Amino acid sequence: MKYIKFFLVGILFGIVMSKAEIISWYRIYEMFKFQSFHMYGIIGSAVLLGMISMFLFKKKMVKTFEGNEIHITPKKVGLYRNLLGGTLFGLGWALAGACPGPMFVLVGKGVVSILVVIFGATLGAFLYGLLKDKLPH
Amino acid sequence: MEFITQPWAWYIAGPVIALVMFLLFYFGERFGVSSNLETLCSIGGAGKFVDYFKIDWKENTWNLIFVLGAIAGGFISTYWLSSSTEAVAINPQTVQDLADIGILNAGTTYLPDEIFSIDTMLSLKGFLILIIAGIMVGFGARWAGGCTSGHAIVGLSNLELPSLISVIGFFIGGLVMTWFILPLLF
Repeated sequence: MKYIKFFLVGILFGIVMSKAEIISWYRIYEMFKFQSFHMYGIIGSAVLLGMISMFLFKKKMVKTFEGNEIHITPKKVGLYRNLLGGTLFGLGWALAGACPGPMFVLVGKGVVSILVVIFGATLGAFLYGLLKDKLPH
Repeated sequence: MEFITQPWAWYIAGPVIALVMFLLFYFGERFGVSSNLETLCSIGGAGKFVDYFKIDWKENTWNLIFVLGAIAGGFISTYWLSSSTEAVAINPQTVQDLADIGILNAGTTYLPDEIFSIDTMLSLKGFLILIIAGIMVGFGARWAGGCTSGHAIVGLSNLELPSLISVIGFFIGGLVMTWFILPLLF
């Protein structure tokens, strides 16, 4: 039962990804062509409101539903990992027109071929784990 | 209901995504979809080959459940919350640019047949495009330590430098693919 809340938040996420056309390949292409404000408006307004959330967490004005303080674990630092990994991710994002979240939402939309992309993404994560020690970070 | 069934504007979608992130923090977790790819590797037995995947994946069960919800959300919005039309109102210039590189009827559906139709998937070139795109997303996301959710939404909100560098990387890769590589593929 403790997981049902995550299922419900996931549903909300899936609906917004789909209804705002974020799962559309064309919206990603259009974004990288700088031909629409749509995706920039979405990411920008989410980040702006996100900053306000972070402020409330840091000032301890909002705690978890169990009353614990919300600590945000910072991401691992490393110029190579962020820049090179990020660039590789970007190449795949623009080709598939989907990042990991939308890939799964497209499954719910009934797009069979996205399963090949998800398989590839899982394989990619495995290959990263395999080659991790040989890569610059 | 028309408010729901029509496509949602950016100023609705952005705040809803911020709400998703807020709720996950409120429930004690950090929003990030791509770590599920590692969890799937661990469940699939990747720990037998690579120590990196020897993790107690049960800690990430919440995130897998979140993904199941996202799949359900995609189904619900497609079959119950949408009007009959599937069209995506992209810029007419974008439609023209895509026609010029060989992707026709852009915006009449969510996805181009030239990449996602069953026939394309079953062709060698089409299959390779799908799987290589996936590999780059999965490999790149784990190398960078996050994807659009973990870096671009949460990381930028938290003013984390690694996330800013990663997002710059996302755009370098995305621009190179869109402007220089896609025109060669179709």
